[in-house]
Amino acid sequence: MTVTNGKPKHTVYDVIVVGGGHNGLACAAYLAKAGKRVLVLERRHVLGGAAVSEEIHPGFTYSACSYIVSLLRPWIVRELALPRHGLEILPLESTFTPFPDGRSLARWSDPQRTRNEIAAFSPRDADVYPEFGLLMSRLAHFIKPTIDAPAPDPTSLSPRELGVLRRLGLGFRSLDHELRELALRLMTMSAADFLDLFFESEHLKAPMSASGIIGTFLGVRSPGTAYVLLHHYMGEIDASYRAWGFVKGGMGRISLALAGAARASGAEILTQAPVASIRVRGGRVRGVALSNGDEIEARAVVSALDPHRTFLNLIEPAHLDSEFLSRIRRFKLRGSSGKVNLALDRFPEFTCRPGVGAHLRGDVSIAPDIAYLERAYDDAKYGEYSRRPFLNIVFPSLVDPTVAPLGKHVMSIFVQYAPYHLAEGPSRWPEKREAFGDAVIATLAEYCPTLPGDILHRHVLTPWDLEQEYGLTEGNIFHGELGLDQMLFLRPTAGWSRYRTPLGSLWMCASGTHPGGGVMGASGALAARALLRSGDA
Amino acid sequence: MPIMSPFHPRTAALCTSLLWKEWAGYYAVRSFDTVLEPEYQAIRHTAGLLDVTPLYKYEVHGQEAAAFLSWVTVRDIGKLGVRRMTYLCWCDDDGKVVDDGTVARLDDDHFRVTAAEPAYAWLSRQARGFDVRITDSSRDIAALALQGPVSRQILGLITDADVASLRYFAIMPARIGGTEAWISRTGYTGDLGYEIWVPAAQALRVWDALIEAGRAHRIVPIGLDALDVSRVEAGFIMNGVDYFSANHCLVPTRKSTPSEIGLGWTVKLEREPFVGQAALLAESARGAATAFVGLVTVWEEFEALHARFGLPPHVPAGAWRTPVPLYDGRGKQVGYATSGAWSPILKQNLALASVRRGSDTPGTRLEIEVTVEFARHRVGAIVTSLPFYDPERKKA
Repeated sequence: MTVTNGKPKHTVYDVIVVGGGHNGLACAAYLAKAGKRVLVLERRHVLGGAAVSEEIHPGFTYSACSYIVSLLRPWIVRELALPRHGLEILPLESTFTPFPDGRSLARWSDPQRTRNEIAAFSPRDADVYPEFGLLMSRLAHFIKPTIDAPAPDPTSLSPRELGVLRRLGLGFRSLDHELRELALRLMTMSAADFLDLFFESEHLKAPMSASGIIGTFLGVRSPGTAYVLLHHYMGEIDASYRAWGFVKGGMGRISLALAGAARASGAEILTQAPVASIRVRGGRVRGVALSNGDEIEARAVVSALDPHRTFLNLIEPAHLDSEFLSRIRRFKLRGSSGKVNLALDRFPEFTCRPGVGAHLRGDVSIAPDIAYLERAYDDAKYGEYSRRPFLNIVFPSLVDPTVAPLGKHVMSIFVQYAPYHLAEGPSRWPEKREAFGDAVIATLAEYCPTLPGDILHRHVLTPWDLEQEYGLTEGNIFHGELGLDQMLFLRPTAGWSRYRTPLGSLWMCASGTHPGGGVMGASGALAARALLRSGDA
Repeated sequence: MPIMSPFHPRTAALCTSLLWKEWAGYYAVRSFDTVLEPEYQAIRHTAGLLDVTPLYKYEVHGQEAAAFLSWVTVRDIGKLGVRRMTYLCWCDDDGKVVDDGTVARLDDDHFRVTAAEPAYAWLSRQARGFDVRITDSSRDIAALALQGPVSRQILGLITDADVASLRYFAIMPARIGGTEAWISRTGYTGDLGYEIWVPAAQALRVWDALIEAGRAHRIVPIGLDALDVSRVEAGFIMNGVDYFSANHCLVPTRKSTPSEIGLGWTVKLEREPFVGQAALLAESARGAATAFVGLVTVWEEFEALHARFGLPPHVPAGAWRTPVPLYDGRGKQVGYATSGAWSPILKQNLALASVRRGSDTPGTRLEIEVTVEFARHRVGAIVTSLPFYDPERKKA
């Protein structure tokens, strides 16, 4: 992928996109496709933001931050012809959970095989599991259209909004009574309580509930986490798209494919081009100033940064309404997770299920029971990283030979909790980084005793690093918590969920807007559509 | 009852799904696991190992072997270099395709023909007057296809032969696992790949050597279902699926000329006489009545159709091969799709199709029948040139 890191070709653009993460690039691709003269400015030397592949240890490619793709919108893949631009997705084959008592549970795409595995823990749950899956799929099918369109706004009384709400209401009415009740419970309950409605086995509920807390500063017993479970089924309902799995060459390939689509339509993309400020004149945005002092004009500017960076770092406060600013300040980011990437000399086997089988060609969760997950959260509530954290692990090199030398492996470990706000303050993270990494390895060594001896290189990312290096304020991987108070028409704040901002010609296109985090690309694409319709560009 | 291939002891031990089918009288694995996709992905990302022993194989020896094969097939085999291979078809006197396969020139006067159907009688009948000797080596030679981006590295580990120099559609002798074999740079997947031809008695040694060397490279034994998806992506036709051998058709309308099944490019018309030449010259003058094309379903319409029934779009996991009618914009039937598959790598719903001339221009919008909720509907499908998937590594 050739990316210019010199000077922009022009002095004036239709649109400047600030930030070359996957949403910024998706937005740029759609704008360029519509014939706009587009410039993307990325601060780092590499594109992708948190959807990035980096060869930090020679020969090993890490998906440094995000690590699997589940919700990348199939219509974006299709409309931008991303496979033609190098996007290849390899499916996850299983979800594996080892337990300290020597037992283990793998869930497979083959339902009968999954059934047999669950039955070893609870014959009743084995029967309920597919019923639960069907209910969740039906709910996901109902909710899915809301992530593929701008958020309906119930505070507005415009005929158009009411029309959207009416359609949503009719959809809701078409659900049967059981499903309507379930939908309401899902919106209000904790992941653990919600799963209690269905299952009895702790061994099944613990790893399932963990998908409700990823990236949030909440525990599995905190109300509001049940809804996130549904996102898991949103990827699966479109199983026919196979738009979930590992990305060949690492997550950065998604970003490079989007960049390829943008460039094919004429967009310019500059790396190592940090934006110092967004220029405002006469109440309208006029362009940007780079850190090197260069100024570039544009009819519109789209920020692919999180709401804090956009409004609190790049724009003079005088240009923004103080009520709006204080709402943005109250928008919760507070990152809760970290990441450990390992280069391995040989494959680490799990004591409870030895061998390098298909059970490891998916994701592996360290989530032995609900109490374990709650205790991990307890540490975080008081400003400590979890001594025994929840881990979500993948071994991309098992299915993708391009990310590690022959016979060697990469291991990607998502770690929760790692609160940005340490009791001693976030700036103390650098001195705790290695101890945090040690806690992760010690946790894993209980399941894979040989692992510590086989580590060739260790790359530990604390929330502080996610902020300083990857530009995620407070290390929040979703550009803002995915709580119900910050979703849909409330993301990032009421009245401004349609990618527009109070400043003329300034737009937002990243995960801090509807439909939010995860490598979906929807924010970027929907923002581009809204901007094109507005006439701003 | 089908017979067992020489690789059966290995494939049977690995086939935990017990999903088998009959292929040319042999037991053949459909998929080793109940879930198909990992086997497909191996073809595209690492290496898949497939038992292709059931292919029919014939040795043609003799001073006039090249002349004979030029007579019986549509190619001028005299021009085929030693240790080169070619893909072609052969026709009856009416220019209708009998079968498609490959011809390899192992030596000046020794050729090997592969075929989808028994061809001994056909070849022998056509050989009258030629100084050739034809033998059926189908049972004597076991064959494996090793297909995928790392297939070259794996082969390099187990043979002294210079596999890296083996060009697309070339064939070379090689020692593998202590056994004399032939390796050809051929396959049915449209990816970088090789086929390995070994004496049946030594088959297991070659299988074991490949599996052992391939372990670190993530070699995956694959079955016919994964192959079927990749061959649709590669735009390769199949006898008995995408067309029918002229020797079996009860009615002439079911027979096809090479052009009608996309094999016009294999035919060399202007040369010494060959079987079917006169008919093919006549067809060439007037133009073939139908063409063979690719189709890509218009996904938005496919999705919207399912949404009308409250359903998410659904595609089957493997390839399909039941003929499906195709229509033009005015609702007139203009052809039929013969087989198809959802392409996991292209993220497109693909089909191979026979359409009337005039409806075969790439970009043309046709309509294909789709069954949703037990009723037939139509959605758009765009005519596309073949192959759908054509990575550089295939020939590089």
